[in-house]
Amino acid sequence: MLLLLLGIIVLHVTVLVLLFVSTIVSQWLVNGGHTADLWQNCTSGNVFHCLTSSTNEWLQSVQAMMILSIIFSVLSLFLFFCQLFTLTKGGRFYVTGVFQILAGLCVMSGAAIFTVRHTDWHQASENTSYGFAYILAWLAFPLALASGIVYVILRKRE
Amino acid sequence: MSQGTGGSGSRLLLLTGLLLALGLSPTSSIHVYTHREVHGTVGSHVTLSCSFWSSEWISEDISITWHFQAEGSRDSISIFHYAKGQPYIDDVGSFKERMEWVGNPRRKDGSIVIHNLDYTDNGTFTCDVKNPPDIVGKSSQVTLYVFEKVPTRYGVVLGSIIGGALLLVAVVVALVYLIRYCWLRRQVALQRRLSSMEKGKLQRSAKDASKRSRQAPVLYAMLDHSRSTKAASEKKAKGAPGDSRKDKK
Repeated sequence: MLLLLLGIIVLHVTVLVLLFVSTIVSQWLVNGGHTADLWQNCTSGNVFHCLTSSTNEWLQSVQAMMILSIIFSVLSLFLFFCQLFTLTKGGRFYVTGVFQILAGLCVMSGAAIFTVRHTDWHQASENTSYGFAYILAWLAFPLALASGIVYVILRKRE
Repeated sequence: MSQGTGGSGSRLLLLTGLLLALGLSPTSSIHVYTHREVHGTVGSHVTLSCSFWSSEWISEDISITWHFQAEGSRDSISIFHYAKGQPYIDDVGSFKERMEWVGNPRRKDGSIVIHNLDYTDNGTFTCDVKNPPDIVGKSSQVTLYVFEKVPTRYGVVLGSIIGGALLLVAVVVALVYLIRYCWLRRQVALQRRLSSMEKGKLQRSAKDASKRSRQAPVLYAMLDHSRSTKAASEKKAKGAPGDSRKDKK
């Protein structure tokens, strides 16, 4: 039982770490010496300098979705520990699971909006490719969904 | 030796005294504060606010000046001057009949309002305040941007999405808990009614009292609301595999 509990917590913390890294690191679009992400465009080369990204509404909605997913995941972890000690025997971790599933949906919608609309604020050139932070965001989505479903199915033993 | 230590001690005291004097000496200069950027739409009006802080009392000789440097131009022209208690507004230049003095030097405010904005008003406005004898200080600049319509400020969309989603989730959670609380209260009321019914039956037949008390829990389970029995039986059926899942080691 302890191993299962540990595994679930490790999965949740992994999802949280993926969300944090993909939101903060500046590697959503990579193009030679330029990297762009939700918050700034950085240029490396002779001089390394960063400019804040444009104020496009779609970019702001992607930022909002990523921040919301982080908020929901942190809330879900906090609620998991609350429910672990207060739930009756045989009860299910509904609230925890629902918040984790919401976090997964938020990160999916954020990444989807970014995929569709990134040409609005970033001129696509020939060798622009997606960076690892973008891939981490897509990775966080199924993990968050799985973690949420595990919480909903799980039952509390004494 | 005592003289040597005495000498070094007095030197240390002198040094600290000097440092304190330098640190605590009052810097008397005038500080002027304005916004850094101001946005306005064509045809509307905009307030260029300028406030200042002076270590001296506000005297009669206070002077407030506004200069304007158009975008792309190198000349800075004077458009407003306040001296000896009298404001002098530009009445021959490009701000003729468009500027209004709304400041109050006694309240440390030197703001002006520009009406009927136009694209030629794009540029940098400089506010300069001199309050004799406090005349040393930096002036402050504000850049005016004139748009056709005001663009959405950064963060409005961000904040509204986050706030709206959190509010929605909070409302849904509150509703769920409210419904559960009402349902549980109804259950408690039903249980009380059933137990009172059972007590009546017990009082009527005293012979089967012991047997009935042993049977009473079973009766409760059977007389209970159909919904809760179904849920209880479901829980018992699913309880075994669920417990075993948590039991894995």
